[in-house]
Amino acid sequence: MNILELKHAKKSFDGVEVLKDIDLSVSEGQVVSIIGPSGSGKSTLLRCATFLETLDDGSLSYQGQEVVHSENGRAVYGNKAQIKQAMGSFGLVFQNFNLFPHFSVLKNITDAPIRVQKRPKEQVEAEARELLKKMGLADRADAYPCQLSGGQQQRVSIARALALKPAILFFDEPTSALDPELTLEILKVIKELAAEKMTMVIVTHEMNFAKDVSDRMIFMDKGLIVEETTPELLFKSENQRTREFLGKYHDLS
Amino acid sequence: MSLQLILLQLSEGMLSTIWIFVLTLLFSLPLGLVIAFGRMSRNVILRNITRIYISIMRGTPLMLQLLVVYFGPYYIFGISISSSYRAYAVIIAFALNYAAYFAEIYRSGIASMPKGQYEAAKVLGYSRTQTFFTIILPQVIKRILPSVTNEVITLVKDTSLAFSIAYAEMFTHAKALAASQKSMVPFVAAAVFYYIFNFVVAAIMEFFEKKMAYYQ
Repeated sequence: MNILELKHAKKSFDGVEVLKDIDLSVSEGQVVSIIGPSGSGKSTLLRCATFLETLDDGSLSYQGQEVVHSENGRAVYGNKAQIKQAMGSFGLVFQNFNLFPHFSVLKNITDAPIRVQKRPKEQVEAEARELLKKMGLADRADAYPCQLSGGQQQRVSIARALALKPAILFFDEPTSALDPELTLEILKVIKELAAEKMTMVIVTHEMNFAKDVSDRMIFMDKGLIVEETTPELLFKSENQRTREFLGKYHDLS
Repeated sequence: MSLQLILLQLSEGMLSTIWIFVLTLLFSLPLGLVIAFGRMSRNVILRNITRIYISIMRGTPLMLQLLVVYFGPYYIFGISISSSYRAYAVIIAFALNYAAYFAEIYRSGIASMPKGQYEAAKVLGYSRTQTFFTIILPQVIKRILPSVTNEVITLVKDTSLAFSIAYAEMFTHAKALAASQKSMVPFVAAAVFYYIFNFVVAAIMEFFEKKMAYYQ
């Protein structure tokens, strides 16, 4: 069963087609990376999958439950309960972390499980401390986000997403706001999650990392999927546009 | 007349002044939030009603608004006004006026919140109400506190406008006393009272600001 199944996704902003007909399915334990130039629609794709943007057309299912379907060329969303259920299936890690500055590190992680999922406080806190330990932040539970480095903040935001026990975790350029050293910190954490068979979709500009960590890579350009294949095949691609994009990257490294 | 006697005469008025101050804040701070919601609503009618309301409240003198609230029931509806209505009129006029100012402060604070906070809350499953009251509002309060302090200090001084409908707050007493005693002393005493009142208010607000300084 696919954890995520997005079909024929279309999205325009003020008449500009950002997603032109995108399919994306991810099965359990898979890691999928999405690469492509800025403005290719990668982030919009994630935002549509996470209900931060509304699809114009297409269908969307989480764990086999359809929450959006296409009717006469328009996306029709399910009811509140269906959307709520679908939203419980995933977590999202933002480029700018978006931690809650007025909450301590621990509360950032525990507040949603306690307030939203209504789980017992003691259990949630114990799990949160466990997650912090995994992130190498066991001693920063009582700190506030403003006292942490960017890399630490991003690790807290990953812990915050994991605390809700999502079936799939999305990363929207998780290292774009970080310097190379801090980037490595985050990539290490994501690799560890991949080793634990966490299902993930990662939008990234870190090519080596994507190559390492992914089961499948998607190259997007101008709102379309140009290629979707294994990292090995993508980096040996004959497609001219793919070669052009990866070539520029190769020139740099 | 000794200073002690003057202070004794003024003390009753001081209490009234403090009451106006406390009750005005008690009603105008929540009312301001409700008006701010209207002002930011998706509903065009609601948005325009609150906009006009704020515009009138800010565009006309508070003293005039006091007179309208106090005499309005009689002149407009022919209802005879009892003397006890005077105190209500003061609170109604002050609360309505200050709510308009607070609404604009709330609005600017809410508008300054980054979109990412709403998005993070949504993805984590918070409802709209939970998002507003647990994520957004606490941060907004921190941001708007300096502007609120300004308004609160102005309110302390504005309470003296209640004399215009002969409500017996402190300034009314001071004025009467100065006239009967042909002395400046009551005014000086009044000035010292307002100054100390505001000094305390400023200290309290600073305490709150410091309390919220644990994050940026």
